[in-house]
Amino acid sequence: MAKQHSSPSLFQGELVRTAIRESFVKLSPSILIKNPVMFTVEIGTIVMVLVTAYIASTGDTSQGSLAYNVAITAILLLTILFANFAEAIAEARGKAQAESLRKTRQETPAKVIRPVGNMYTDELQTISSAQLVKGDVFICEPGDIIPADGEIIEGLATIDESAITGESAPVIREAGGDKSSVTGGTKVLSDRIKVQVTTQPGESFLDKMIALVEGASRQKTPNEIALTILLAGFTLIFVIVCVALKPFADYANTPITIAALISLFVCLIPTTIGGLLSAIGIAGMDRALRANVIAKSGRAVETAGDIDTLLLDKTGTITIGNRKATNFYPAPGISEEDMVRASALSSLADETPEGKSIVELARSGNWGATVTNRLSTSGATLIKFTAETRSSGIDIPSGDNGSVTRIRKGATDSIRTMVKRAGNTFPTATAEQAQKIAANGGTPLVVSENEQVKGVIELQDIIKPGISERFDRLRKMGVKTVMVTGDNPLTAKFIAEKAGVDDYIAEAKPEDKMNYIRHEQTGGKLVAMMGDGTNDAPALAQADVGVAMNSGTQAAKEAGNMVDLDNDPTKLIEVVEIGKQLLITRGTLTTFSIANDVAKYFAIVPALFVVSIPALQSLNVMGLHSSESAILSAVIFNAIIIPLLIPLALRGVEYKPIGASALLRRNLFIYGLGGIVAPFIGIKLIDMVVGLFV
Amino acid sequence: MSTELLGVLAMYGLTVLLAIPLGKYIANVFQPESANGPFERFIYRIGSIDPTREMSWKENLVALLTINAVWLIIAFTLLMLQGILPLNPDGNPSMTPALAFNTAISFMVNCDLQHYSGESGVTYLTQLFVMNFLMFVSAATGIASLLLIVRSFLPNVVTTVGNFYVFFVKAITRILLPISFVVALLLVFNGTPASFDGKDRIVTVQGDTVGVSRGPAAGMIAIKHVGTNGGGWFGANSAHPLENPNYFTNMVEMIAQVLIPIAMLFALGYLINRRRFTWVIYGVMTVGMLCLLIPTLITEIHGNPAIAQLGVSQSTGAMEGKEVRFGPLASGYWSIMTTIISTGSVNSMHDSSMALSGTMELLGMMTNAFYGGCGVGFLNYYYYLIIAVFISGLMVGRTPELFGRKVEAREIKIASIVALLSTLLVKGGVALAAWVFVNYGDANWLVKPSAWLNNPENHGFSEMLYEFTSANANNGSGFEGLGDNNFFWNYATGIVLILGRFIPIIGPVAIAGLLSQKKYVPESSGTLPVDTATFGLMTFAVILIITALSFFPALALGPLAEYFSLK
Repeated sequence: MAKQHSSPSLFQGELVRTAIRESFVKLSPSILIKNPVMFTVEIGTIVMVLVTAYIASTGDTSQGSLAYNVAITAILLLTILFANFAEAIAEARGKAQAESLRKTRQETPAKVIRPVGNMYTDELQTISSAQLVKGDVFICEPGDIIPADGEIIEGLATIDESAITGESAPVIREAGGDKSSVTGGTKVLSDRIKVQVTTQPGESFLDKMIALVEGASRQKTPNEIALTILLAGFTLIFVIVCVALKPFADYANTPITIAALISLFVCLIPTTIGGLLSAIGIAGMDRALRANVIAKSGRAVETAGDIDTLLLDKTGTITIGNRKATNFYPAPGISEEDMVRASALSSLADETPEGKSIVELARSGNWGATVTNRLSTSGATLIKFTAETRSSGIDIPSGDNGSVTRIRKGATDSIRTMVKRAGNTFPTATAEQAQKIAANGGTPLVVSENEQVKGVIELQDIIKPGISERFDRLRKMGVKTVMVTGDNPLTAKFIAEKAGVDDYIAEAKPEDKMNYIRHEQTGGKLVAMMGDGTNDAPALAQADVGVAMNSGTQAAKEAGNMVDLDNDPTKLIEVVEIGKQLLITRGTLTTFSIANDVAKYFAIVPALFVVSIPALQSLNVMGLHSSESAILSAVIFNAIIIPLLIPLALRGVEYKPIGASALLRRNLFIYGLGGIVAPFIGIKLIDMVVGLFV
Repeated sequence: MSTELLGVLAMYGLTVLLAIPLGKYIANVFQPESANGPFERFIYRIGSIDPTREMSWKENLVALLTINAVWLIIAFTLLMLQGILPLNPDGNPSMTPALAFNTAISFMVNCDLQHYSGESGVTYLTQLFVMNFLMFVSAATGIASLLLIVRSFLPNVVTTVGNFYVFFVKAITRILLPISFVVALLLVFNGTPASFDGKDRIVTVQGDTVGVSRGPAAGMIAIKHVGTNGGGWFGANSAHPLENPNYFTNMVEMIAQVLIPIAMLFALGYLINRRRFTWVIYGVMTVGMLCLLIPTLITEIHGNPAIAQLGVSQSTGAMEGKEVRFGPLASGYWSIMTTIISTGSVNSMHDSSMALSGTMELLGMMTNAFYGGCGVGFLNYYYYLIIAVFISGLMVGRTPELFGRKVEAREIKIASIVALLSTLLVKGGVALAAWVFVNYGDANWLVKPSAWLNNPENHGFSEMLYEFTSANANNGSGFEGLGDNNFFWNYATGIVLILGRFIPIIGPVAIAGLLSQKKYVPESSGTLPVDTATFGLMTFAVILIITALSFFPALALGPLAEYFSLK
């Protein structure tokens, strides 16, 4: 399936301009208070503004020179702006992505029909799509843009959904089935459908998603709340540390300037993660959106990272949509050429994928052209598959006497009945061959000509290339995969083994999915599933992560907590990785942020006390130029590390399925040890520059 | 290898060798199916306790706090009236309310910060029925509180966590009493007094008459170590020749105090059936201990550079404040062990330790989780564990969980509060003391604040820092240079003691109680295993960083400044 994964550069000019403007708007304390870490920085900045104003008006330099205080104040302000910018750019990107989807649903005319009593008349009334409300019924004809999300209540149409999915091949949507849903902004190519609006204006999934990336209405996820509490805890510890430092300094007869005390405080509190935290959360939602998945809550994305069990439908996920013919087995006494010819003839007019694959196989064999070129179906009658006969075929006029050659193909027992009724025998060898095919996960199709068995065609499920590697990857993440199929247990087992899934549900009925999910959940597991039909809805609701396909019914979309615009069943794997990435980015940046403090202590503490206790010069391991340059360098490092890490926060830290312990070791090494070492180098370098000025 | 070092190795080696079987024994004592003996049944009957009753974590905490409050009132009353009560052969006076407040709390919370001297400040009655009694019950309270979190490690979802009273009674009858009995006998055989007579009188070579205090000391000195209490019978604690007569008793007392903290870890491993997990924790704690111990031993054996500059030979190492019969290594080992496990008994004067050793002793109390006190050591480790699990859970891409239980906002809130508390109590206390010292040095108090410190500058600062750190960690050792028996220090440390004891018990028990009610998620290959060296390293880093970040400026102003000045 072709995907339109747009990955524009992180900082597009337009977005950056919006984000810069937003950074200043977000300085408002009423907005900033939601982020306790950055809020305390703002208080510190305000204090510094007052101190600077005092120095400027009185000329008193006991608190350090005016220039130094102005510099500290400016850097503190910059720290908040950087943090605001991180959040703003993440929001802007998310919104831009959502807007590009929303563009597909600009105001379009809608041909509404109004009910008279309980009846819909066919009287059309053209209104703007914005005026549509839930329950309205509209008509779409070829060439029309569908004005709103809805469900087809009458008719069938081919629809071009490329505006949303990027998939150029048109899809068929029809009333009554599991593929009855249409999305606003897509285009009807053929036929006429009657659609009922299913969402209120402004309440579509896309609207909900846009709300999720917008700061104002964004709800923090439980994990984000817990992390915020931990960061607030650290912040409080440093409030105590810094407040206590004042009497300590008095005891040591060292005056500490307000600028130094506030700088120490701002450096120690976890501003890096505090500044990037909401950007990480928004970027996670944004990544989901870029994968064409609309999540209804941030929590759903997070939960996806924890999934233990994944329920996947066989067809379309594990196997390529349909079965394919792989072999012809002629009955005893029938030449291979004869058998292939009959098979090909039976399928020439058969538009089903199975039928096409039979003709394809017939053409590709070494008998190839010799057989198929001589085929002619002129004047033939197509016999369609019915549930009753469980066979299909073709009647071809043979000769001029009006006699007809009847070629049929179908399930073993249906052909057997047909053959026996005509008084012919069904060859044992063919029966055995058919059984063998079934045992190997295939489907046997017996071919007959004029009630004489010609042989059996083997149809095989084609397992998607690369799918077993994906299951391997999932297994390494600790996710168990379960295949759901309507096949008999024998076939199911065979395919399950071949594809490498961990478990399967054979001859599955909708309630089996539900029961399986419940059973896994009682064992404490988190279950994800994908579904589209109305009968999937209860299971989608029961699953911890339910991804509904956009083509699915409204009921399915309401029940799940994500909607996949691409209708790609393997999307769950990506969703799981997006969830994990989100958590990893939070964890690693927290570690990095806190590890940074070690170096900052070594920069600032000796700078504070070295005047009265010269021995503490030994703690100045970086050999920083002077007290003032040491403090300035530490705050500057603290400020610029935020924008430097914005790309990482937006892209997310990569998830590697190498086992939890190995992953922890790796991230601890990079972000823990790196977090200790990096600021030693960074502060030293900044000091070398700052040292030139002070 | 020097004999001194061999002695240290032998002490530690024997401790671990004894702790392994003791751990198994303790686990057996507390297995749910383990029966009560006639003695315990008798206690349950007179206390009208139903040993089969299961209680929620809240009910258990209420039980724990109530019974501790009762002991506090009894202890306070006895100390206030001891001068007129019997068993006072030396005629010692009653305590002032401030001192009685501090002392009663201090012993109830297993700290034993002694602002009095055993010879003159208490009577035999209070030594036995306040000190000795509280030493048993406070140690048993610690052990019982650890047992309250056991069920959160097991896969069953439960609302009850056991019965505090049963854990408490058994901790005394099956663990503390038998071990103390053996230790007391060993001490008595080596010359520690166990007599109700008053002071003995001897005439020295110079012809002076000296009164030598004694009393029923051996029993108390035994539980003082077995229960990681640390309050000495005599003022000089285990440096006193009658409290710790020789190297052998030094070994006995040393092993006795480290034994239960290590054995409790192994016992936990058996109780939750995850021995590898507790071995990793043992490993982390041991590495932490070595990080503190090795620099201490090195600096002590090298002696004081200031003395070396005077041209004085220090072939035996730094001997100031140390007993000749123990030497610098055994004293250094003791000073680290006693600070990390919250005993706080001393066999040398920490005020005279080398500056670097002083730093290590302070760090031992600031972390307070390397082995730690009886039972409570693991509880302190537990909230670091929760924070470590939270951050590393995120780093492997799962919402954090500990043994199948999701760690969420409430648990993190509690863990943060506990982590915050020690910073608040220690730094807040020292800041207050420094502020009073600087601004109100001449306040018209019984002891003027300006007269608190026996040493100026950095060392004086260390004395104040040490006192609050010791109180918060429920350690009880002192830098001793501090004039601490007065209004300010008695009340200030009294409050720190009580908060520093019960919040770190309530917090972890509450976290465990909340966790054990949560859905249990079985482990998968995506779950972060917590019984690996990697996770051990993570926990160690969390402990180190939280401690370092909270206390670095204070350490820099106190012992570190001194250390760099001496160099």
